[in-house]
Amino acid sequence: MSLPDLPLRKSAVVEAVGGDRAFRRRIMEMGLIPGTKVRLVAVAPMGDPLTLELRSSRLSIRKREAAQVRVRV
Amino acid sequence: MSEPSTQAKSESSRPLVALAGHPNTGKTTLFNALTGSRARVGNYPGITVERRVGEANLDGFGPVDVVDIPGTYSLVARTAEEQIALDAMLGLVGQKRPDAVVICVDATQFVRSSHLVLQAQEFGLPVLVALTMTDEAKQAAPDPVEMGQCLQCEVVSVLAAQGRGITELTAAIARRLRNPDRREIWHWQPTAWLRKLLDETRAALPAEWPACDAMALWALMSVETGDELHGIPAALRQAVHLPSEARKRIDDEAILGRYAFMDTKLAPLGRHQPDQNLTEKVDRILIHPWLGLLIFLLLMFALFEGLFAGANPLIHLIEKLVGAAGDGIKHALPGSILAHFVADGLLAGVGAVAMFLPQILALFFFLGLLEDSGYLARVAFLMDRPMRAMHLHGRAFIPLLAGFACAVPAIMSTRTIERRRDRVLAMMVIPLTTCSARLPVYTLIIGSLFPARRIGGILPTQGLLVVFMYAFGMVTALLAALVLSRALPPLRARRLPLVLELPPYRRPRLRDVLGMVWDRSRRFVTDAGTLIVICSVVLWGLLDFPRAPARPSRDWKATIAQVESTARPQLERAEEAERMQQSYAGRIGKLMEPVIAPLGFDWKIGIGLVGAFAAREVFVATMGVVYGLEPDTAQTSLTLREKLRQEKRPDGTPLYTPLVGLSLLLFFALACQCTSTLAVVRRETGSLRWPLFLFAYTSTLAWLVSFAVYQTGRALGL
Repeated sequence: MSLPDLPLRKSAVVEAVGGDRAFRRRIMEMGLIPGTKVRLVAVAPMGDPLTLELRSSRLSIRKREAAQVRVRV
Repeated sequence: MSEPSTQAKSESSRPLVALAGHPNTGKTTLFNALTGSRARVGNYPGITVERRVGEANLDGFGPVDVVDIPGTYSLVARTAEEQIALDAMLGLVGQKRPDAVVICVDATQFVRSSHLVLQAQEFGLPVLVALTMTDEAKQAAPDPVEMGQCLQCEVVSVLAAQGRGITELTAAIARRLRNPDRREIWHWQPTAWLRKLLDETRAALPAEWPACDAMALWALMSVETGDELHGIPAALRQAVHLPSEARKRIDDEAILGRYAFMDTKLAPLGRHQPDQNLTEKVDRILIHPWLGLLIFLLLMFALFEGLFAGANPLIHLIEKLVGAAGDGIKHALPGSILAHFVADGLLAGVGAVAMFLPQILALFFFLGLLEDSGYLARVAFLMDRPMRAMHLHGRAFIPLLAGFACAVPAIMSTRTIERRRDRVLAMMVIPLTTCSARLPVYTLIIGSLFPARRIGGILPTQGLLVVFMYAFGMVTALLAALVLSRALPPLRARRLPLVLELPPYRRPRLRDVLGMVWDRSRRFVTDAGTLIVICSVVLWGLLDFPRAPARPSRDWKATIAQVESTARPQLERAEEAERMQQSYAGRIGKLMEPVIAPLGFDWKIGIGLVGAFAAREVFVATMGVVYGLEPDTAQTSLTLREKLRQEKRPDGTPLYTPLVGLSLLLFFALACQCTSTLAVVRRETGSLRWPLFLFAYTSTLAWLVSFAVYQTGRALGL
């Protein structure tokens, strides 16, 4: 499934990272790579963006880009 | 700007130590601990990002310069702002090459934070690691010696706030400075395919760049169509132009290669998971969809109250002090032009600068607390969706809100937004929000021209109008952002996807926050302040010269001498009114009349508009003088209202109708006629182009809207 489909506070493992090159490169540099454990910790008031927890840090990205990240529960 | 040359002079002899790292890794605290908080602040060439340099004395080595490089996650860059870290670490674009690079690594996230260390090592930079936040990481922190062996560079554990590890770090820096080793260290091996690409790209690099593999890899990963980098030659762009599949493959190889090393060799050094209970618990409340929003709004209300009401007593005190000093000077040297110049021109300008300080101090203190505690990133998270709809950055919310108190500190606070395009866009629309200086003008116009009636016996017309003007300011600011970001090429830049780290909640360090507040205020006074004083003096000259009515309607001296002393003040005020009407500002007002007549304004309002350039509230005082009222009394405002109501056009109809009032209100709401704001925009953008554009577009908009409203109203017979 893709990241935005993950239930709140549920953990999953990243399978593949897609999307626009600059964005993909940046989140990968920040540690969101295949095999990384990730958890959805918050959704902003209007349903976007999302906050993820990975590698003991918190990262916010928008739904549109998060949809390009495939995860496995 | 003269800064680069003075910097070059004072820095030339001493070795340079660069301080780099992710944002929120305690870099600033370490910088302050090393340099004793004394920093010279300048800008990076061609870009308004602060460059802080301080001096540190290394035991047994001597003095060195320490430069604080803006927080960065990677040396690979998408924008000119992100490129700064690379330029500063490598000594490109005329910057001095550092002799040692200290990279701050947050012990709670040391695996992820080490990515930057690996990148720097690939360039062969003289790297050493300062391991920060070890108190927070506790058992999760790696052993510095083991980590150093793994990374092949020195790692020193520091707790800068407590001053622990600083001696060890300075000793390590001294060792690194003495060590000439500049070996390129790669913790992963490129495949033959990438090797070939690196070799080809290296040949295409500009001569002034280091001709190494890391630089070639940087170009392959950073340069692409539509990037916002500076100084990339066309030949290099050509050389790295690859199909998108190949580019993704390069990214995968480099990043996954580094992480493979970090996850297998480095990660096992952290034997425990860091405790993140605090951040987890606090975030459950603070970024909760509705509870978080509620707390956010309450906090913003407190911020606004603090700016608006909290700073007021101080502002009034400064106003009184400046007024008293001016009176003192005029008293000591009665009738002298010099005293007049010092009191009403120079001192008024200095007072204007000083009066901005309470709000600047308050706003930056609050922002510093929000930023260092980790909350400011949450603001960007909560506000991203609504702000994005207007093409604004989530972080632009606080500057926009602060604009309701005063545009000057608000524009200065756009510095929390990283990207220039986002920052300039925010600066262009902040002056449309209803700042507190507009309130006296609104009160005067609404109080004199609109009946104090209640709609349906409940809602007060006047109060509603004030509320309407505030809403109008917010709506026009947001709409302007939407339009400008579409219509204006420099602001149209591609919207970047959001990548926002929410740092762990931490207790802000008062010393760091106060140091930042001090830096900001000092730079405001020295840079923008000078320009504000000059403008104030020019405006004083326009309003006060010639000193006597150029074409007196009667012999004032003789007339005043003839009447009894009780009648004199009134005549003196009449003379002053005539003088003001015939001053340069008065002449400008008359020249302006054909332009502002279609808005329903006469030349006397024109004089007021000229005066309002000093500060909007000066409009009220200027109108007071134009109508021959006693200055600075509580009565002025009431009598001025009377005067305005009585003023007639040549044909005998009242000049100030509610329609003219509305037209004037809208004009004041839209036109950025505030020299201080323009001065600060010049300072923050580093160019004259943006303040001129701001002035031109808001004035045009104001004219068009007032014109439309006034002429429509007339056509409807109002």
